[in-house]
Amino acid sequence: MNAKTPDKSITADTFLRGLWRENPVFVMLLGMCPVLAVTNSVANALAMGLATTFVLLCSSTLVSLLRRHIPKEVRIASYIVIIASFVTVVDYIIQAVSLEIYNALGAFIQLIVVNCIILGRAESYASRHRVSKTLVNSLGMGAGFTIALLCLGSVRELLGAGTLLGQPVFGAAFEPWVIMLLPPGGFFVLGAWLLLFAWIKERQDRRQREAANLEARAHAG
Amino acid sequence: MNESVIQPEVRATPSHRLIGTLGLIALLSGLLVVSVFEFTRPYIEKNHRVALERAVFEVIPGAVARREFVLTERGVEPAAPGIAGIVFHAGYDAAGGLRGVAAVAAGRGYADVIRVLYGYDPDCACIVGMKVLESKETPGLGDKIITDARFRANFERLDARLNAAGDGLANAIVTVRQGNRHEAWEIDGISGATISSVAIGRMLNAGAHDLLPRLRPHLDAIRNVE
Repeated sequence: MNAKTPDKSITADTFLRGLWRENPVFVMLLGMCPVLAVTNSVANALAMGLATTFVLLCSSTLVSLLRRHIPKEVRIASYIVIIASFVTVVDYIIQAVSLEIYNALGAFIQLIVVNCIILGRAESYASRHRVSKTLVNSLGMGAGFTIALLCLGSVRELLGAGTLLGQPVFGAAFEPWVIMLLPPGGFFVLGAWLLLFAWIKERQDRRQREAANLEARAHAG
Repeated sequence: MNESVIQPEVRATPSHRLIGTLGLIALLSGLLVVSVFEFTRPYIEKNHRVALERAVFEVIPGAVARREFVLTERGVEPAAPGIAGIVFHAGYDAAGGLRGVAAVAAGRGYADVIRVLYGYDPDCACIVGMKVLESKETPGLGDKIITDARFRANFERLDARLNAAGDGLANAIVTVRQGNRHEAWEIDGISGATISSVAIGRMLNAGAHDLLPRLRPHLDAIRNVE
């Protein structure tokens, strides 16, 4: 059986850690393949984010439900079968909803199977927590991943095509930066977002250190 | 110190339980996938049908109805499972008149295989439309074969006449450098998307060369379809 760590109550942090402190893209740097490949437009980023969130939610929930019944020797194989099933489900659903989005996302839908965020959540969280808590945490992680994709997609589409969700934003005089739609553009924009995240976190940490120092001095005085 | 460390006994899970667990999970997954497949199949088929219909009507101006045929060694037959040959679509106007035929052509582009649907009007013996069905060409560069209106205008009346013997095109369809188009069978290329635009010319030439000479003797049969 898997490790049985005691379940604590659900707090706001259970959901919010996926958005900020443990953001899968900007903090943990997981799932880089779709992050760089399909964020050349907002629509593609949103579709990939929602598809990944769906697979993450469903697979984590099922893993959490079955956590006491899956022997540890076959847990990874079981998780992969569960994840692959939900990826196939989402593949059919996207084809049924919109062929255009399906064609735009290409092979990256099937590649959700090997997205480390999903297997990582199943192994490190869903297999050790009860269903409700897993659901909330997975939702936060999925939202964090989707928001990260949207951050990249919006900047790349705006600069690379001068549009947002296909609607022109700049005037006719705007010359699109085509490189932003190409793979190097993905790296540039990701680097810029990582820099911004690191700078904000560094500033927060510095303020906390300064506050702690002031408190220590006040006690000493 | 010479203390022996007592390891806690780890009991291995019996094999039958491992196999049973994996089997049960595989069974549940299979049931889930099959159920969703059965549920979504009509919607997926409808989406494919609508996309193809839209593409056929787009490349055959004036067509409001279509029929799918297969060109075989025996001649032209309505498309049906098990009939092998070159598949093409005939487009008809509201009065039932043949407006043209549409067929798929494919070839290697810059990033991957490009698939296009082209429309052929037998009255003018020319290609009257082209739509890219599948392409992974570079966004902003190679994908101008889809977005560039000037390039698409090449396919409003592209010469695809047959030679006197009727066994091939009178003039090979070729893509020329941007701004150097002088003949009706030439395609004005795209600077910055040279490989992609040349690929379009090559695949149209090959597709038309394969289909049109064999189709010409059967045009009356297609026109007179009930």
